[in-house]
Amino acid sequence: MNHFELFDLPAAFEIDAADLQQRYRKLQQQLHPDRFARGSERDKLLAVQHSAQLNDAYQTLKTPLYRAEYILQLRGIDLQHEQQTIRDPDFLMAQMEWRERIEELKQAADNFAAIDSAYRDLEAQTRELQHELERHIAADENEAAAIAVRKLKFMHKLRSEIERVEDSAD
Amino acid sequence: MAYSEKVIDHYENPRNVGGFDKNDPSIATGMVGAPACGDVMKLQLKVNAQGIIEDAKFKTYGCGSAIASSSLVTEWVKGKSLEEAGQLKNTQIAEELALPPVKIHCSILAEDAIKAAIEDYKSRHAG
Repeated sequence: MNHFELFDLPAAFEIDAADLQQRYRKLQQQLHPDRFARGSERDKLLAVQHSAQLNDAYQTLKTPLYRAEYILQLRGIDLQHEQQTIRDPDFLMAQMEWRERIEELKQAADNFAAIDSAYRDLEAQTRELQHELERHIAADENEAAAIAVRKLKFMHKLRSEIERVEDSAD
Repeated sequence: MAYSEKVIDHYENPRNVGGFDKNDPSIATGMVGAPACGDVMKLQLKVNAQGIIEDAKFKTYGCGSAIASSSLVTEWVKGKSLEEAGQLKNTQIAEELALPPVKIHCSILAEDAIKAAIEDYKSRHAG
């Protein structure tokens, strides 16, 4: 059973986060190992395994990037272990500019307004990429979807870089 | 994870950091990124009329191994012809810096940056 089947959801990129969480909680209760405390050793072991699979499935589907990677994996495209590089000059130039902007944030890490505005801009660009990704996945344009996923990975990295600046300001 | 001494040396004292004017016809620019880690690398070569690399500069946003890999290749390619530089393999970089398997992609990034720069040069000097 794949992660989507586990939650009884179609293998689509668009997902209702609140609905997913509800389904997760319901299944979590059904599968909780404590419920099998008086069962056989085999039942207990299965409950632990199911519970672990459920957690893994939820973590994967919850995050748009991991969800997209998973959908493409189901379609036979492994993006998690690839070591390919990308050369899109415009995209990479924009990444360089982002990195410079984050360097500047580091110089004035107490500038919360600047950090906030960086988050907002990154969020907007990330959303745009996710919309693009959604269209490609829905249209079965796997190669174009893979390119969008690769770009999304850079956006994730930028987000964690901004988070690091924010943490150092506390 | 422990970095090798050579990685630390290049990371703490990176050689040839910076850039050239990318519109100068003698300058070749290679930009590459690794989705696996989100690292980005810009490598620029200054090529003379004989096709020899006179100077090289880089700007890399990434981990210590990515910075060390790009710093190392800027040293290696100086004095080489574009053709010689194009034969550089990531395994040589990884070996020189003693990169662990999880950091091999940093050396791939540096190799691809040189290739991208050479392609940029050829595309601008075609015909």
